[in-house]
Amino acid sequence: MKKILAKAYIWVLLIVLYAPIVFIAVFSFTESRVLGSWQGFSFKLYENLFTGGMQGGISLISAVNNTLLIAGISAAVATLLGTVAAIGIFNLKGGKRKAITFLNNIPMINPDVITGVSLFLLFVFLGFSQGYTTVILAHITFCTPYVVLSVMPKLTQMNPNIYEAALDLGATPAQALRKVMIPELRPGMISGFILAFTMSLDDFAVTFFTRGSQGLETLSTYIYTDARKGGLTPELRPLMTIIFLVILVLLLVINLRKDNLNRKAVK
Amino acid sequence: MTDHIIEISHLSKSFGGKKVLEDINLYVRRGEFITLLGPSGCGKTTLLRQIAGFLQPDEGTIEMDGKDISGIPPHKRELNTVFQRYALFPHLDVYDNIAFGLKLKKVPQDEIDKRVRRVLKLVAMSDYEDRDVDTLSGGQQQRIAIARAIVNQPKILLLDEPLAALDLKMRKDMQIELKEMHRKLGITFIYVTHDQEEALTLSDTIVVMNEGRIQQIGTPVDIYNEPVNAFVADFIGESNILDGTMIRDKEVSFIGHDFKCVDTGFGENNPVDVVIRPEDIYFTDSDNKAQFTATVKSCIFKGVHYEMFVETELGYELMIQDYDAYPVGETVKLYIKPSDIQVMQKLRTANVFETEMSGDGTVSIFGEDFECKPELGISQGDAVTAEVAFDKVELLDHMEEGTLEGEVHFILYKGNHYHLTVKIGEGQFIYVDTQDIWDKGDLVGVSIAPKDIKLTKRDEKA
Amino acid sequence: MRKRSNWSIPYFIFLVFFVVLPLVLVAFYAFRDREGSFTLDNIAKFFSDKDTLSTFAVSLEVAIENTLLCILIGYPAAWILANKKYNRSAVTIILFILPMWINALMRTLATAQLFTTLGMNLGKGTLLFGMVYDYLPFMIYPIYNILSRMDNSYAEAASDLGATPWKVFWKVTVPLSMPGVMSGVLMVFMPTVSTFAISEFLTNNKIKLFGTIIQENINNSMWNYGAALALVMLVIIGITSLFGGDKEEAEGALI
Repeated sequence: MKKILAKAYIWVLLIVLYAPIVFIAVFSFTESRVLGSWQGFSFKLYENLFTGGMQGGISLISAVNNTLLIAGISAAVATLLGTVAAIGIFNLKGGKRKAITFLNNIPMINPDVITGVSLFLLFVFLGFSQGYTTVILAHITFCTPYVVLSVMPKLTQMNPNIYEAALDLGATPAQALRKVMIPELRPGMISGFILAFTMSLDDFAVTFFTRGSQGLETLSTYIYTDARKGGLTPELRPLMTIIFLVILVLLLVINLRKDNLNRKAVK
Repeated sequence: MTDHIIEISHLSKSFGGKKVLEDINLYVRRGEFITLLGPSGCGKTTLLRQIAGFLQPDEGTIEMDGKDISGIPPHKRELNTVFQRYALFPHLDVYDNIAFGLKLKKVPQDEIDKRVRRVLKLVAMSDYEDRDVDTLSGGQQQRIAIARAIVNQPKILLLDEPLAALDLKMRKDMQIELKEMHRKLGITFIYVTHDQEEALTLSDTIVVMNEGRIQQIGTPVDIYNEPVNAFVADFIGESNILDGTMIRDKEVSFIGHDFKCVDTGFGENNPVDVVIRPEDIYFTDSDNKAQFTATVKSCIFKGVHYEMFVETELGYELMIQDYDAYPVGETVKLYIKPSDIQVMQKLRTANVFETEMSGDGTVSIFGEDFECKPELGISQGDAVTAEVAFDKVELLDHMEEGTLEGEVHFILYKGNHYHLTVKIGEGQFIYVDTQDIWDKGDLVGVSIAPKDIKLTKRDEKA
Repeated sequence: MRKRSNWSIPYFIFLVFFVVLPLVLVAFYAFRDREGSFTLDNIAKFFSDKDTLSTFAVSLEVAIENTLLCILIGYPAAWILANKKYNRSAVTIILFILPMWINALMRTLATAQLFTTLGMNLGKGTLLFGMVYDYLPFMIYPIYNILSRMDNSYAEAASDLGATPWKVFWKVTVPLSMPGVMSGVLMVFMPTVSTFAISEFLTNNKIKLFGTIIQENINNSMWNYGAALALVMLVIIGITSLFGGDKEEAEGALI
C-alpha cells in the first residue's frame, strides 16, 4: 500500500513535470500556427526547420548555429583552462588553495543576472565592443568552475605516485603528463566538457547582457525576442522536441556508462 | 522461565535467491557471552540483524523468553545493538546520543541525567558529555556507542564487530574492558566477529559459522581442542590438516604411517581428515619413542616459541611449534601422542553434481556443458549424477580458457597438496586438489577432461 | 622541476580579471553618478523608490513561497527516490534531473503556453506553479543525493533505541539531510529572486521580479542604478551563502 502511494506520488510529479514538454512535442507534429489547436498530423514543421523554409527561418537557424558555436568554443577553452587550473589547485596548499577555491565558487553561487551585469560593466569599462568574443569570454567565465569541479575528484582518486613512477621509468615530465596523467583525468575532463557545453547551451541571462547590440542571437535570446513579440515561431516546437530527445539519450548513455564503470570497479 | 533467553529454530534466510543462512538452530543462555564467529559472508551479521529485528527470517522462528519475536519491529524489542561503525548520530552531542532512547521512552529528565551520568562513568567517559561525536577518537566513539545501548537497560546487548575499526593495541584493551563490562552488567552479550583470537578471549560460548551454516557450537577450549571439521580446525588457530584413513577404531593412518589415536566410530578403512596442532608434534632423541623422521626446512623465532616446517621422508610438510630450535637441514625424530590426534569426518570425498545430460555426450554442470564419455543407457535429458575426483579438476590461469569461470574461495594446505574451494557462483562450489600455488581471490578457469567425469543415471522419482 | 602548483596561476589571473574585477565594478558603478563622481544617491533611490521596493518585496515573497513549496513537494520525492524499498531504478532519477538540462526559457514558455491552452489566468498562481516547475529538480537532486548516501545504520540505530519509523524520520533522517535541503535552498531561492524573463512569461508581464528591474535599468542605460540594485542582490547572496549549503556539491554531482 505504502509502496503504491510512493510510486503514485513519483509518477504524478513526473507527469506534471513533463506535461509542458510533451505538450510541445505533440504539437510539433501539426501545422497549426497556434499552440493547442490540432490541425492534423504533419511533419511540415520539421521540414521547415531543416530547410529554413519559414518566416524568419534563416535567423532561427543562425541562432542555433551561434548557440552551438559559442557552446563548443567556450566548453573547449573552459576544459583546457579548468584542467590546467585543477592540477595547479590540487598541488596548492593552505591559504592559497582556499582563496582560489573561494574565487572559483563565486561564478557558481552568483545568479546569472549578477554574472551578466558585472561582466557587462567590465566590458563597458574596458571599452570592449560586445559581440561573439565577449559572449564567449563570459561563457568561459561561468563554465570553467564546473570543469575544475569535475576534474578535481579524479586528481584526488589518482594515486599520487603514478606521475613519479612515470618519471622514475624514464618519462620526461611532458610524456608523464600525456601518457599517465591525462588518461587518468580524461573521464573528469569529458564530464567537465559536457557540463560546460550544456551550461552554455542553456544560458540566457549572461548572453543577454554581453552580446552587445550588433544583433547576435543565440537560441535563448531568439526565443526571448520571439516571445516578447507575442507569438512563438511554430518551428521552435520541433526544435525543442529534438533537443529534448538528444539530451535524454545523452544523459541515459552517460549514466548507464557510469553505472557500468562503477560495477566494473566493484568487481 | 527457562534458562534460554534466545531460542532460534530452523531459521533460514535468502537474499535474491541466494541462501545466506540455512536451518540455523541455536539457543543463548541468560547472561552468557556468546560469539558468532566466521569469515566474512558466513551469515553471522545476517543472523545478528534478525535477532535485532532489522531483517525478517524467511523460515523458522526466533524466540525471546519463550515468545516468538519474529514479527516485532526493532523499536519494540528489549535488546540494543552496538553497530559496526558505531552509527553515532553526528547531529547530536555525546549526551544527546546516549539520552536518545530514554527521551523516546519519555523517561523524566532528572532520571535521564542520572542514568546518562552513570553509564558515562561505566565507560570511563564522564567528562565528555558536551562533546561533538565526530571530535572523538575511534575508541571513545566505541565507548559512547556501548553507553548509548546499555543506558536503556536491555536484556541482551548485540555487538556487531564492535572492535573491527580499532587498531591492535586499542582492540586488546577494549577486549578486556568488554569482558569486565559483561561481568558488571550481568546481561547477555551476543557478539559477532571474524577474529578467532577475539572470540577465544571473550566468549563463554562460540558459534563457528561458514557459508550460512553453523559448523560447531562449544566453549573456546572445546572448539580449539576438538574441531569437528577441517574448516573449524583451519579457522581456529594454526593446524596441520591432513588426509588420512581410519584403519579401525583407535587406529588411523596418515603421512604414510599408522598412528594410535583415541577416536572411534569412523568405521574401517574410511577416508578422514586428521588435525594435529603444531604444538602437539614432539621432538625426541629416543628411537623407541619416534614414530617418523623428517628434515627441518625452515625455522623462525616467534617471540615465545620457534615455528618450524619439516618435511617427512614421503614429502609431507608439517608445521611444528616448540620452545627449542632445531637447525635447518637436520634430520629429526618426531612423535605425536594419541590424544593429540583429532580425527574428523570428511565433508566430501569427491565433487558430486546432481544434474542432467544436456546433449549426447555433454553434461551440464552449473549451467555450462561439459563433454563427457558417452555411456550406454544415458541419453539427452536424463537425470544423472556426475562425479569428479578432486585431483581431476584442472585450474587454468585465464578465466576464458576454462569451461567454467570461478574464484579461489578457500585454501587448505594438506601437507603435500592444496585443497581449494573454487566458487563458481552463489552457492556453487567446485573442490580441487592441486600441487600448484594459488591465492585466495584468484580468478581461474575450470576445466575437466571428459574421461574424468563419472556418470550414473539417477532415478527421478527417488 | 617546475612546480605544478604554478599551473593555477593563469586561472587565478583569469578569475581576478573576469570575476573579481567585474564585482568590484558593480560596487564602483553603484556609488557613481552618470558623470562618474562618488554618490550615495543610487542606494538611497532604492530605499525610497516605492515601485522598486514593492517589486523587491514581491520577489522575496515569491522566492520564499517557491522555496517552501519546492521543499514541501521535493523532500518526499527525494526521500522516496532514495529509498531502495520504493525505487531501484536509476532511470527515475535521471528523469527528474533531465528537465534541468533543457533551456529554462523554453521550458517556461512551454509551461506558460500549456496554462494558456488550458484556459488558466496568468498571474500569481501560474507564476508560482511555473516557478515550482522550473526549480523543483534543483531541490530534489541535492536532497536525494544526501539521502541516498546516508548510512542506513543511523536509522537502524534509532529504531534499535526504540524510535518508531515516524520518529526515526523526524529525529534522524531529517536533521541529517539538512545540508542537502540547504543546498537546494541555495539553488532555488536566489535564482528565483533574480530571474528575469521567466516571471514575465508566466504572468503575461503582470508581475515583475527583481531581476527584471535590474535588466530594465541596464538596458535603458541606467547602469549606475542597475549596478546599485545588483549590489543589493550581492549582499543578499552573501547572507544566504552564510547559511547556505554547498551548491557546488549539488550541481557538480549531476554528471
